[in-house]
Order: sequence, then structure tokens, then C-alpha cells
Amino acid sequence: MIFEQFRRSLAITKKDLSIFYLKGPVMLSGLLMPAFLFIAFVFGRKLSLEFLLPSLLGMTLFVTVSSIGPIIAPWETRMRTFERLVSAPIALWAIILGDIMASFSFGLFITLFIFLASIILLGMEIVSLSLIIGTILAAFCFSSLGLVISAPPTDNPSNIMMLSTLIKFPMIFISGIFIPIGEMGDWKIISYISPLTYYTDLARYTIGGNYFSPAIDLLVLLGFNILFFAIAVKWHKKNLAKRF
Amino acid sequence: MHAITAENLTKKFNGFAAVDDVSFTVESGELFGLLGPNGAGKTTIIRMFTGVLKPTGGTARIGKYDIQRNPLEAKQLMGIVPEMANAYVDLSALKNLLLIGELYGIRKKERGEKAEYLLKLFGLYEKKRQKVKTFSKGMEQRLIVAMGLMNDPKLLFLDEPTSGLDVESVILVRELIREFNNNGTTIILTTHNIEEANQLCDRVAIMNHGRIVAIDRPEELKRTIQSTTSIEVAFTTKVNAEELMFDNVNEIKKVGDKLRLYAEKPEDIIPILVKYAQFSNNKIISLNTLAPNLEDVFLKLTKNEGK
Repeated sequence: MIFEQFRRSLAITKKDLSIFYLKGPVMLSGLLMPAFLFIAFVFGRKLSLEFLLPSLLGMTLFVTVSSIGPIIAPWETRMRTFERLVSAPIALWAIILGDIMASFSFGLFITLFIFLASIILLGMEIVSLSLIIGTILAAFCFSSLGLVISAPPTDNPSNIMMLSTLIKFPMIFISGIFIPIGEMGDWKIISYISPLTYYTDLARYTIGGNYFSPAIDLLVLLGFNILFFAIAVKWHKKNLAKRF
Repeated sequence: MHAITAENLTKKFNGFAAVDDVSFTVESGELFGLLGPNGAGKTTIIRMFTGVLKPTGGTARIGKYDIQRNPLEAKQLMGIVPEMANAYVDLSALKNLLLIGELYGIRKKERGEKAEYLLKLFGLYEKKRQKVKTFSKGMEQRLIVAMGLMNDPKLLFLDEPTSGLDVESVILVRELIREFNNNGTTIILTTHNIEEANQLCDRVAIMNHGRIVAIDRPEELKRTIQSTTSIEVAFTTKVNAEELMFDNVNEIKKVGDKLRLYAEKPEDIIPILVKYAQFSNNKIISLNTLAPNLEDVFLKLTKNEGK
């Protein structure tokens, strides 16, 4: 039964990819955004590649994975396609999982591009087994966060976009992307509440400069995954009737 | 076993009862109509049966499954054409059907064949690879009905399936509803189109203010209000309705350029109308006696309920 539901959630993933992600402008902006960020940081802040690349990796994964996921539910509510999904024999958790998997796949594709670019163009070897596992966990985690953000029962995607920016923007600043956690002083406690902190920290591991051990980073990311997925399912379930 | 069962089904929104303690059953193979004005609670009932809304009280069962306790098993048995739902406009007609096939767990080969069959049946085969955003309203609605049939449902919920359609699509959809019902599919049809319910349904439940005010075969419902037998008359020169309010006339309504006189014995009214025409130097153009129709039943019942 659960396996069958997983299969059905893949149908949701395919639908999302086809409608929301595999579009020229979306793909292009997904690929160009990290390139522009990289150029801006290199010339703007004179940072070392060793510090810059993990930051870029964390920020890109976070922004791409959580960019479109939050607007799917309000968009489907507005387009009146959500009722069809809910009345089909697919559990709500499987619908949410399907939406998460779509963002997850998109994020992994963009990250793979950064991995390849960093190795081929910059000759840097940041890829390790822990980073690969961490990237998978982080992509799922950020994608789940996107679904938590999309839980309010609105049919107006711009409302959710605003909420998304309000949550995501501060997270980028408190997650050790611009300032290493070790240099944040007492403020570093704030960084502990952000899952992005642990992914960025993990990305610094092979190059050096990490704050936590990779095992802690991976465990905390796993914890955030479970937490965000559970909250997303619970809140969407609670608000479901208000969408119609 | 009944195809569907509603037991004391109730749905309240902020204290307001959209569906108020409704109980009924529908037998397998029946074409059952839920008829009522906008806001009567028809769509809310359908949404509770399809698991979209949770009832405030009572139960909704699909066959042996309670939709709240066994939602996936219950949903697997039914096809749905929701009133407010759309197809995915950025997908092609074929991809929309295949998506539904996947959501119902239909195997790849089978869902491809079924999708092609339905596209042909609904006259959409030539445009199967076109995005739905290029479709007319009629074409999109035909696709939405086809999506409801992808899983060969034993039970089909059709919520206002012909609302806002062009005549050609209405005829096609109605023919297909009859055909699927003749092949054994139980159909629950909600409509505010009285004639549609009259033409299609084995039984009709008339709803008003969240309650079922009558439930029976259309002909039986008509028999319950024999007092609304009427005569429709048109004169060459316009006549004021008050002038025709004879002793045994209960009510007069203006219907276009005609006047409809309601009476228990219309045969007594005809000679009076002829005399009236002679004395007033007027001529009768047309004169028809009308049996009560479902519209009369509907108006009488919903009017009484409103008082």
C-alpha cells in the first residue's frame, strides 16, 4: 500500500516538473543565478575560493530548491486543479511528497552543475561522500520547508512568495554563509535554528573551516527533514478544507 | 449493498449548516440526481462523499467503505467530475488523462489504451497533444468528464457536468452519461437544470437550504402536485392577468407573451376563456393544457421550504 502511494507521488513529481520546472526561463535562471552570485562575490568581496564555494553551494541549493515549491499549492488552488488531486486515491502525504520530490530533483540538478563547474573550471575538490549525502538531505529538507511555507490556505501565490521571502532571506544571513559560524560570537546560537547552517558547514568540511563534525551536520539535517515533512503534512491537512 | 449511503450527514461552516442531517441511499446501477438552487448544499454533499470535506456529523459510505475511515479504498471505486475543477491547462489532453491514470494506479499499457479510447469517445483525439489552454470551454469540460472515467469507475460523481457548455457538448455529455449508466455505472448527478434531471435521472432528490425536501422518481414527484395542472393561453390582444382570475383559478403567471392559469380542473376553465374572448372581442391564438412538470414540483417544494 505504501509502495503504491510512493508510485503515485511520483506521478505528482512528473506533473510538477513538467508544469513548473522544465521550462526554459526556470532552468536558465536556475543555472545563471549561481553564476551571477559567484561573479558578484568574487569581484565584490574579494573572498577566497575556499570560503566562497561552500557558501555559494549552500545558498544556491537553498534558493533553487525552495523557490517554486511554495507556490504550487496556492497555484493549484487558484487554477482549481487541487480538488481533483485530493479526490483521487492518493494520500495527502503522498501529494506533498510528490511536490517535495519535484523541488528536490530540480535542486539536485542545479547542484550537480555547481559540483561539475567547481571541479572542471576551478579545479577544486569539495565533493565527498558526506557532502553527497548532505546535499540529498539538505535538498529534501529545504524542499520540505517550501511545503511548510505553502500551507496557509490562500489561492494567491504572491502572498506565499512574500511569506517565503520573509522566512528565507533572514535564514541566509544567519547560516554562516557570509560570516563563518566560528566568527559569529554569541550570535552563533541563532545560526543553530537554521538547517542551512549545517549544510554550509558540511560543504566546508573537505576544504577545512567547518565548525561541527560531519556526523552532527548530517544528523541535524535528518532531524530537520523529519520535522519539516511532518509539519508540512499536518498543516496542509489542517488547512485542506479552507482551500475549497 | 447500496452504492452510496448518507446517514445523518451534516456539514457546518462557522455554525451555518450547509448540509443539515441528510440521509439517503443510492442503489447500484441507478442514475440519481441531486437537484436544487445554488447554495442548496449539493456540491457540499458531493465533496463529503469524495473525501474533500470532512463531515461535521454523520457518515458518507461508498459501498462498504466509510470515506473518512477508508478514504483510499473508497476513492479507488469512484470517478469524479467536480464542478469547480479544471484540467491542467499547461499539459496536453493526453498527459492530463495519463496523470489521472497514474493517480489511480492503472498500469502503463492499460492507461495509454484507456486514454486513447476516451479521447476518441469524447472527440478530442485529433487534439490530444495540444495543451488544454488552447481548448474551448466545451472541449475542456469534455476532457474533465473523460478524466472522471479513466479508472472505469463503478460509481461516477458528476457535479454540474453540463454547466456553461455549448449545445453540442451538452448533447454529447448527456448521451455518454446515459450510455455509461446503461452499462452499469452508478451515477450521482448534481444539477440545477431541472429538465436535465427529468430527462436523465431514475430518482431525484430535491434539496433546499441544506436539506432534502423530496426524494422520488421524477414522475412520482410530479404526481404529488396535481393541483398545479395548468392552461397556457395566448390572445391576439394583450390581456391583463387580473382579468382572468376566475373563481376556480388558483394562480396566474405570465410566461413570455402567454398567461399560465393554474387550476385543479383545467377543463372547467376552457369554456370560460372562450366566452371571455367572445365578450371582449379578442381571439385566442393558442391554448394548451399542461401537466405539472418537475420545475413546478421544484418551485413548490423549495418555496414551501423557504417559508
